Amino acid sequence: MLEILLSILILLGGFFTLVGSLGLFKLPDFYMRLHGPTKASTLGVGAVLVASAIHFSVKTGGISLHEVLVTLFLFITAPVSAHLMAKAALHIKVRQEKRTLNKSDQEE
Amino acid sequence: MRSKFFPHPFLTLALWIIWLLLNNTVSAGHMILGALLAIFIPWFTAGFWEERVSVRRPWLMVKFFASVLWQIIIANIEVARLILMPSDRLRPGFVEIPLDLTSPLAISILANTISLTPGTVTCDLSQDQKSLLIHALHIDDAQSTIDEIKQLFEKPLKEIFN
Repeated sequence: MLEILLSILILLGGFFTLVGSLGLFKLPDFYMRLHGPTKASTLGVGAVLVASAIHFSVKTGGISLHEVLVTLFLFITAPVSAHLMAKAALHIKVRQEKRTLNKSDQEE
Repeated sequence: MRSKFFPHPFLTLALWIIWLLLNNTVSAGHMILGALLAIFIPWFTAGFWEERVSVRRPWLMVKFFASVLWQIIIANIEVARLILMPSDRLRPGFVEIPLDLTSPLAISILANTISLTPGTVTCDLSQDQKSLLIHALHIDDAQSTIDEIKQLFEKPLKEIFN
């Protein structure tokens, strides 16, 4: 029973991570590609970490909470790096997809 | 007295919990060592934290984080769907969100939350700190995107920090 639950969590994690990478591969411009890895991977990594926490808690009999920290650090750092990349891209005026709404290649 | 030895009670608590989690233990020795670190680190770094963090209602904070976690799960499913559908149907765009928040901490939490949820990334904060520029992966209606963010994230943050 437990193993089924763990497998489901790991598969879910794998699926979302895969979709994130797929986004990185097929989306047309830099800003859109930014969404793939920053989002889809939070839930992907999250699901794998929950599986890890459950597995090691049961296996060792104690509670394993390292995973909570990994999640915490990931959630703190992911938006910051995404923000910095987006800001840098705006600054050097990276090409934006033609159909982008309110294009921001304004002269500053 | 209190503010001299505990300039940032929340930071102290957070550091202590993180120390225990890092060591994955609740043994007495680590609790004491962690407590010492948690007291001295905020003490030594107090000079860098000009502004005192004041959280009016800690309980609302917990509720806010729970709702953000839920939003992140929904965001992931939504973004997965957007990525899997043919990408020429996507309508990406930039939106400017006017801010009602004033405290820098509240603004940065809002910006981070936006980056973590439904296909949106915070790109820039305007010079006067009055609006955030965000990029969204897919926009049906710019105004409804703005309203949604203001309603879901900014309103609770306003209640917590103001």
